Formats: sequence, C-alpha cells, structure tokens
Amino acid sequence: MSLLTPRAPRPRTSVNQPTRGYRVFQGVNGVILTLVVLVTLYPFVNIVARSFSGERQIRAGEVNLWPKGFNLTTYEIVFQDSMFWRNYGNTVFYTVVSTVIAMVLTTCYAYVLSKRNLRGRGVLVGVAVFTMFFTGGLIPNYVLVTSLGLKNSVWAIALPNAISVFNLLVMKAFFESLPTELEEAAEIDGLSTYGVLLRIVLPLSKAVIATMVLFYSVSFWNSWFSAYLYMDRTDLMPATVYLRNLISGATTGGNAGAGTEQLSQVGANIQAVTIVLTSLPILCVYPFVQRFFVSGVMLGAVKG
Amino acid sequence: MSTSTTSAPPPGTQDPPPKTRHGPARPAARRGWRRSLRRDWQLYSLAVLPLLFFLVFRYLPMIGNVIAFRRFEPGGSILGEQWVGLRYVRMFLTDPTFWQVFRNTLWLGGLTLLFCFPLPIVLALLLNEVRRRSLKRFVQSVSYLPHFLSIVIVAGITLQMLGTDGPVNHVLGRLGHDPVRFIQEPGWFRTIYVGSEIWQTAGWGTILYLAALTTIDEDLYEAARIDGASRWRQIWHVTLPGIRPTMITLLILNIGTFMAVGFEKVLLLYNPLTYPTADVVSTYLYRAGVESNSFSYAAAIGLFEAVIGLVLITGANQLSRRTVGTSVW
Repeated sequence: MSLLTPRAPRPRTSVNQPTRGYRVFQGVNGVILTLVVLVTLYPFVNIVARSFSGERQIRAGEVNLWPKGFNLTTYEIVFQDSMFWRNYGNTVFYTVVSTVIAMVLTTCYAYVLSKRNLRGRGVLVGVAVFTMFFTGGLIPNYVLVTSLGLKNSVWAIALPNAISVFNLLVMKAFFESLPTELEEAAEIDGLSTYGVLLRIVLPLSKAVIATMVLFYSVSFWNSWFSAYLYMDRTDLMPATVYLRNLISGATTGGNAGAGTEQLSQVGANIQAVTIVLTSLPILCVYPFVQRFFVSGVMLGAVKG
Repeated sequence: MSTSTTSAPPPGTQDPPPKTRHGPARPAARRGWRRSLRRDWQLYSLAVLPLLFFLVFRYLPMIGNVIAFRRFEPGGSILGEQWVGLRYVRMFLTDPTFWQVFRNTLWLGGLTLLFCFPLPIVLALLLNEVRRRSLKRFVQSVSYLPHFLSIVIVAGITLQMLGTDGPVNHVLGRLGHDPVRFIQEPGWFRTIYVGSEIWQTAGWGTILYLAALTTIDEDLYEAARIDGASRWRQIWHVTLPGIRPTMITLLILNIGTFMAVGFEKVLLLYNPLTYPTADVVSTYLYRAGVESNSFSYAAAIGLFEAVIGLVLITGANQLSRRTVGTSVW
C-alpha cells in the first residue's frame, strides 16, 4: 500500500479523536498529578513556614503554609551557635576532599575498563561489579576502619566510599562512546597513555565529569552515617549529624548562653531552621543539577 | 542450560596452544600477559589505586566476615583470635529478638516492595498521558525533589509532620480527634516508614520508566488503535509489554536489597518504644555490634543477611531468565 500511495498524514480524526472517556481520564489525571505535586511540596513549605514562626503558634498547630508570629529568633540563635557553623564547615570540607578522591579513583578505573582490548579487562570489571551484589557488611567494615586508625579523620568518610560502582559504570560507558581514532592518532603523535587521558580524553569528557562531580558531592553532602559511626567528637561532625542529634533529642541545640525565653523558642523550631539551612545548598543547585542526574541515571541504566 | 552446551566447544577441539616458532616453548597465555604488560603498563598502573581500594575496603571486609566464626576481641586482630565454629550462628538462631527483627524485616521489605515498586510505574503512565510538556516537566521536577535530600532531612521532615504539633495532628484535631503520638506508637511505624519511602522515592523511580516509554514504537499504538483497542487495552497490550524489561530489572534489584531494607532510615525514625515493629535485622546487628561490642555475634547476623540477599537476587535473576527471558546479568 505504501508503494502506491504516499504515506498519508496520521489520521487525527476518526481513530485518534479523544473519546469522552479519555477526556474524563485527562481531567482525573490532572487532579491526581496536582495532588502528587501538593503532597510532595507541602512538607517543605510547612517546614520553611515553621522556621520563621513563633513558638506558641507552632505548639498550637496554627502554622500551615505561611509563618505565624513571624520572627527570626531561632535563625539568630542557630547563626550564633559556633558548633553549627563548625559542623557546616566540616560538611563542606568532607564533601570536597571525598569528592576529589572519588573522582580521581573512579576516572582512572573507568578509563582502564573502557579499553576493550585490554587483557584482563573482564576480571577488572568483575572485581568491581561483584561488590554490588555482595558486601562485607557493617561490622567487618567498622572493625577494618577502626583498626586502620581512620577514626576521627576525614579518611574514614572519604576512603571507604571512594568508588561507587554505579558511577564507575556510567563513566566507563561514556569513555567507551568516545571515538577511538582520536586516541590512536594522539598515540601515534607520541602521547603516552597518561598524556592521552589528560590532554585528549578528559577535555572531551567535561559533561560526564561534571555529572560525576555532582553525583559524588551531593551524596557526600547528604551522607551522615559514616561520620556518625567514626567520629567521636562533636566538633568533627558534619551538619547532617548535628541535625540527627537534634531530631533524636540528644542535644537541644543552641548555646547555653541564650536566655530561657529564647531556649523555649528554640525547642519548637530549631529543627525546622536546621532542616532549612542544611537542605538549602541542595535546593539551590537542584534546578541545575537535576538535568545532569537524569541523563546520568539513564546512561547508567542503559549501559550498566 | 542449553546455551552452555552449545557454546562450549566439543572436547578435543580445544588444542593446547601451538608451540611458537621462535623462543622456548612457553604457555601462550603467559607470554601474552608479559607482552600486554609491557605494552599497556601505563594503563595497568592507573588501575592500581582503584584495585587497592576494592581489595582493602570491599574484599577485606568480606574476608573479615570470618570473625563470625572466630572470637573477636576489640583491639585485637581484625580476623579474630580463635575458631569457635558455629557458636555465634547458633546464638542468633536461638535468640527470640533475632526472630522478631527478622519478621519485622520481612514485613518492611514486603510492604516496601508492594508499594514502592508499582507506584513509579503508575506515576510514569499517568505522566505519559500529559500532553503539555511544560506541565509534565514541572510535575517531574517536583516529584524528584525529595530524592536529592539527605535521609536525615527526610527523617526530620517526617518527624515534624507527624509530631503532636504537626500538620497531620492539626487536621486530626480539626476533625475532633485527639492528637496521635505517631512516633511513639509501634502500630504506626510501618505506615510511616512506607509512606515516607514513597514520598522520597516515587518520583525518582519514574525516570527509567519514562525513558523506557519513549522507546516504544509509535506504530504499535497506531496498529492497536486501528484494531480498535481502547486506551486501556493499548496500555495493557502495548505500553506494559514495552516497559517490561525495565520493570523486571528494577524488580530484581529491589529484591536484592530486600534484607538491607532502609537501615539508615529505620535508625533515624525508630526509638525503643517502636522497636516491636521497627527494629530490623540491620539495626539489631548495629546495636549488638557497634553499641554493645559483640562484634562476632553481629558479624554472624550480618553474614546471614548478606547471604540471603545474594541468594534472593541470584534466585530472582535466574527465575526471570527462565520465565521471561530478561535478566540483569
């Protein structure tokens, strides 16, 4: 049929005409998705509103989407709390150090794995992939990190999590997609393997490197458990552990210097303020980050 | 099974490597290794540090699991002092608390699988029907958002929402209900856990399904329409089969993490009052090991957990390869 007549434009009339039932469905669908959006956003908005609200109004359950009894007392108290800032600084420091280490190791290994003709490549891939399905478990890890003397140092966070196999596979897939002719030409022109990696491959891989930096830094920024496990001193903890201690009631937060009236103010909404401050950087980069994340996840899923 | 018999060469065809023309007769494999090492040593050198990482921080802990069968003393050798056989395994198998946390793990894992696995599919199907791209993108962006937050923040938000002065209790109060102390009630823990899990993961889970949906051939829909298929039938006969490989892959991976269910989240959300329903294998072994210093006992539980996880994931993979022909590896 297609040989005799040119392909007709898709029939938008008879078969494709939305039926009455489908219009109803579209309406219902819109309502459902609006509900999804509301349910997802409401907790955020409520937390922000609480962080600016008065103690009494929160206790009375009056705060909903808008601050009631607006005040900044809790923000002031948290801002004056040197421990919070120290922990916040720790988070930044841990994130930077861990991300740098993770990027170096992941890039090196992914580049090696991307060489299809490399002898022993299968074994090298297997070494990494097997760890996705079987892990040593919490206790042997804890014993290992403790006996290596990494406790109370940034290494306890950075080293045991230096390579995420998922990120490794995403990066490997990207390197494999680069044209091999380019690297071969560079080798003929006299570049060593290191030279090819540094001068040819990495400049071509800015997109995947940016994605990986984001993946790693967000996960290190968000992590809390290794710090909770391996840091004994409060001045070494990241902001996430500070927040965790607040939620579990281990500390009341705020300095002892604050007056009693201020402290009662603190009790009700310091958690809200800390939640807002800890998630703020993530929320700020989120609009830029999510595009990368989405494409990265799909790349990893297709190839991984 | 059939593939292995066909792919393996019949006996006798795989001759020993032929002797090379020059040089003494060495096994070809070793000679090849030497040559590729000389040629690619720079590449191999890049793999040294990452391999060291895997050996020390991934494989050494696997070996470190032997402390489950040896008596370990804090400060002593990380491989323990002396063999005690299955003593610690027997210990947890006869421990009533262990069986309680085991049941809780099955409950939480099962409920998570039941709700958190299908919801992203439903959400992806609904989003797929949205015609306005801007609206679709907006809903997606909002629904991913919780995924980017630290689990501590998610736990904090959950506790704030459900606190006695939180919005949920506020609504209950409006309806003339007394405030419920959700966080302290064992009866509520599973609902809270699964609910917050849905809130955090459902949107993110749709990404892969939406990607899979775009790969379905539009002609299939047209053919179905011409055959008179209604919207529902199109979903049933075209859309769902189209995303089946993705569904199965994610299902297998979900089953693999069944035992390790939400360790960090449970640790953040539970408290001694909710232990009866909230305490899972991983949190129990955390308390036994790290808090009470019974490292060998906790390692035995951890090993048991990891082995079940491995068996579940390989089993699910085998099953799906046999029945539907898709598998993760």
